[in-house]
Amino acid sequence: MARRHSVRRQRGFTTIALLCFVLLYLPIGTMVVFAFNAGTTVGAIEGLSLRWFVTAWNNESVIEATLRSLTVAPIAAFVATIAATMAALATTRTASYRGLAFKVAFINQPLMVPEIVTAVALLVVFSRVKVWTGYTGIGYLIAAHIAFCIPFAFLPIRARLETMDLSLERAAADLYATPWKVFCRVTFPLLWPAILAGFMLAFVVSLDDVVITEFIKSAGQETLPTYMLGQLRRTVTPEMNAISTMFLALSIAVVTLFFFLSRKKD
Amino acid sequence: MATASEIATAAARTDVRNRWWLATPALLIVLLAAIGPLVVVVLYSFMVKGDYGDVKYWQFSLDGWFSVIFERDVFDDTLKLADAHLIILWRSVKLSLITTLVTLLLGFPTAYFIATRDRRWRDFWLFLVTLPFWTNLLIRTFAIQEVFRNEGVVNSALLQLGVIKRPLQIMFTDVGIFLGMAYVYLPLMVLPLYASIERFDFRFAEAAADLYASNFNVLRRIIIPMMRPGIIAGSILVFIPSLGAYVTPRLLGGGRNLMLGNLIELQFGQGRNWPLGSALSITLTGGVMLALLVYVRAASKSGSGQHG
Amino acid sequence: MPEEKSAVEIRQVTKVFGDAFKALDGVSISIRKNEFFTLLGPSGCGKTTLLRLIAGFEYPTAGTIQLHGKDIATLPPYQRPINTVFQNYALFPHLTVSQNIGFGLEMLGKPKAEIAARVENMLRLVRMEDLRHRRTTEISGGQQQRVALARALAPAPKVLLLDEPLSALDYKLRKEMQIELKRLQLETGITFIFVTHDQEEALTMSDRIAVLSGGRVLQVGTPREIYDSPGDRFVADFIGEANFLSGEIVTAAKDRALVRLASGVDIVARLPHFAPQQGRVTVIVRPEHAEIHADGRPSPLSGTLESIVYFGTDTHLHVRLSHGDRFVVRRQNSALQDAALVTGAPVGVAIDLAAAQILRN
Repeated sequence: MARRHSVRRQRGFTTIALLCFVLLYLPIGTMVVFAFNAGTTVGAIEGLSLRWFVTAWNNESVIEATLRSLTVAPIAAFVATIAATMAALATTRTASYRGLAFKVAFINQPLMVPEIVTAVALLVVFSRVKVWTGYTGIGYLIAAHIAFCIPFAFLPIRARLETMDLSLERAAADLYATPWKVFCRVTFPLLWPAILAGFMLAFVVSLDDVVITEFIKSAGQETLPTYMLGQLRRTVTPEMNAISTMFLALSIAVVTLFFFLSRKKD
Repeated sequence: MATASEIATAAARTDVRNRWWLATPALLIVLLAAIGPLVVVVLYSFMVKGDYGDVKYWQFSLDGWFSVIFERDVFDDTLKLADAHLIILWRSVKLSLITTLVTLLLGFPTAYFIATRDRRWRDFWLFLVTLPFWTNLLIRTFAIQEVFRNEGVVNSALLQLGVIKRPLQIMFTDVGIFLGMAYVYLPLMVLPLYASIERFDFRFAEAAADLYASNFNVLRRIIIPMMRPGIIAGSILVFIPSLGAYVTPRLLGGGRNLMLGNLIELQFGQGRNWPLGSALSITLTGGVMLALLVYVRAASKSGSGQHG
Repeated sequence: MPEEKSAVEIRQVTKVFGDAFKALDGVSISIRKNEFFTLLGPSGCGKTTLLRLIAGFEYPTAGTIQLHGKDIATLPPYQRPINTVFQNYALFPHLTVSQNIGFGLEMLGKPKAEIAARVENMLRLVRMEDLRHRRTTEISGGQQQRVALARALAPAPKVLLLDEPLSALDYKLRKEMQIELKRLQLETGITFIFVTHDQEEALTMSDRIAVLSGGRVLQVGTPREIYDSPGDRFVADFIGEANFLSGEIVTAAKDRALVRLASGVDIVARLPHFAPQQGRVTVIVRPEHAEIHADGRPSPLSGTLESIVYFGTDTHLHVRLSHGDRFVVRRQNSALQDAALVTGAPVGVAIDLAAAQILRN
């Protein structure tokens, strides 16, 4: 029986799409499989084992870098989300005014400048500040992470506020809610999923950052990505597969959570 | 008693106060840790380079900008074009364009495929694209590196099948960088295209088919022109990070095949030429801004075209 | 004092948006207590702006708004004992039906027991007892409409504002809700200010109607007054259907005038006080106030029957008058058919006694 005609069908598109999915997952899949390799080479499978995960677990540098990543990311994401939420309210829940577009562009600026440029710019400034103040702590990393996390938190929160029906807040005001009560009882509960999404985006972006951290970290301030970058320049051991696989698992967990939280609202 | 218009003015004044103090923390952080440093880089690009890195303060010179394009011969002090820089600039632009084109050719059918699935399956396929999108770029670069290495999966397989006698040298070549970038940036192309195709009203396609258009003509004359904003958005989202790529060319290009990002790093590291590095940074930022400008122009044009 | 009687007193209210756009231009309306008052007009006439000024979402550029004799134009919405039923209902999606209804009372700081009792009352009033724990996103459009009503009525406001609340409902449900709204207004005794662009809705529900156009009030009156003696051509045309005939006043006496039509025939027309007493005038005749004949008897207007449009209860007969104008006659359908009435036939049109009226120029 002939297939029914559909205007949606395009010859070859399905093949290309499926090919893309294979290409997207083949390298990651290979990496994960080799993480469980019992052998010491990265060329051939010599049986399955968890030995490289154990090696990574016993590697103090890895643990230390991981803990540092897991310190910087939540702090940066938290502060960035609060600042971004306030800024999003200031740029949506108000009559349009001159300078509004500029404010939005200003806050989104870290998105528009290449990471490497932000990285060297911060290197230039922080190296000076380090000399002046003598402080070489982790504050620089956190400050930089907050700055480039803000637009990532800002985007979903502002987008939600823009599509959120203003008449809900009007209705609350009509029903005797003062502006602060309107925020607590209507705006915030409705905005909450977007705030959560913004936080998680900021968290992932901070967790994944290599370039900026690589340039501004002081000695002994490796995060997991910069540690990996350092290792990848040397001979690659299967331990890297194991570390990457664990990192991947963490990312998948966060992204899955994010995906379902953002889907549910539709 | 206050008149209504006075109250209206007072309300407007509260509104103004709120919109400033609420935005202040974010504006301040971005100013101090992003825009301020960028201004410093602009200043640095006009200063004299220090002997051990950094710059000599308040000694201005155009040398930084000069050496983006020219270099002075060590022996006879004559000027010539800085071939090394120009080659790197050209490589950055060339590889970014090729990456954008190839990801578009692969990404459009993929996005189309996802957008035309049933609701349930659509989420599944979309998730498969979103996942790599949010996975660490370093990990993905590492993963593709493992595939293309001389002892990697591709070469091992081809050798065993007897297709090739010696391993293909993909790592540390321009092709390697391109493959890596195309791999890591493909999701950036698919997602905006999907968002755009998902909103497409297929009644337009039906109307075209009703007027005797074949499916290919529906694609060519209806779908692709109407998806222009999505196509431009996806292309920009791939082109911009490609142009400023640092991690991927560093790992896949080795030390030899540099891109602009690596050249900038070099000036702040071994090169110890911060003014040149700053000038290159501003050049790169300028290139990105130019691309964004083209995008804004094109987006607004196609936007008005749809209404009119 | 006149303030005692009026619920809302709007005086010389002007609202300018931006630099130039005048949404309202010197509007004065007095709305009585316990009245079902309708603001009627096409979109962009300023009716919604006026409603938002009364609710407190906008402040007037000039003029005063009084509620029961007290100036409220300067109060924020949450300090006005006025509630609104929004066009899209604006029900809080994160709260249940009961929580939505109780929201206003809660904000007023009423004790829990009182809120519960009042919500219970409201649920009964709008017949939504069974759905109290539902999310507002899980109920039908008609049910959402009821919840929005209950929510706005729960704090027992002095005035209830309704912003085209029926426009999202289908025809049958709209008819039901019209009756429901009227019942609620009578039961609660609250002043209702209703905004709509639907003239039929306005005529069936209102005690009085204000017709707005271009930011001005054209006419205020009972549905009967508005329909039977429209002030000008816009009102006549916007509410119901109308035939307009031009002519010249021959003689005028008190509330009657003899008008010579373009066809040369004289007819008697009602002459309201606001209409011109002499010179060229426009006369309006409603389609149901004219009769059509095909038997050749003498009649003030004559022409050719152009088309016959069947409407179920009645039929519209379109006549091209001999001097060129078109004239529509509505005729109630009956079992008897007039065989002579076929398209193309020469016909005469007679106007009912006292049915023609002179309009403001």
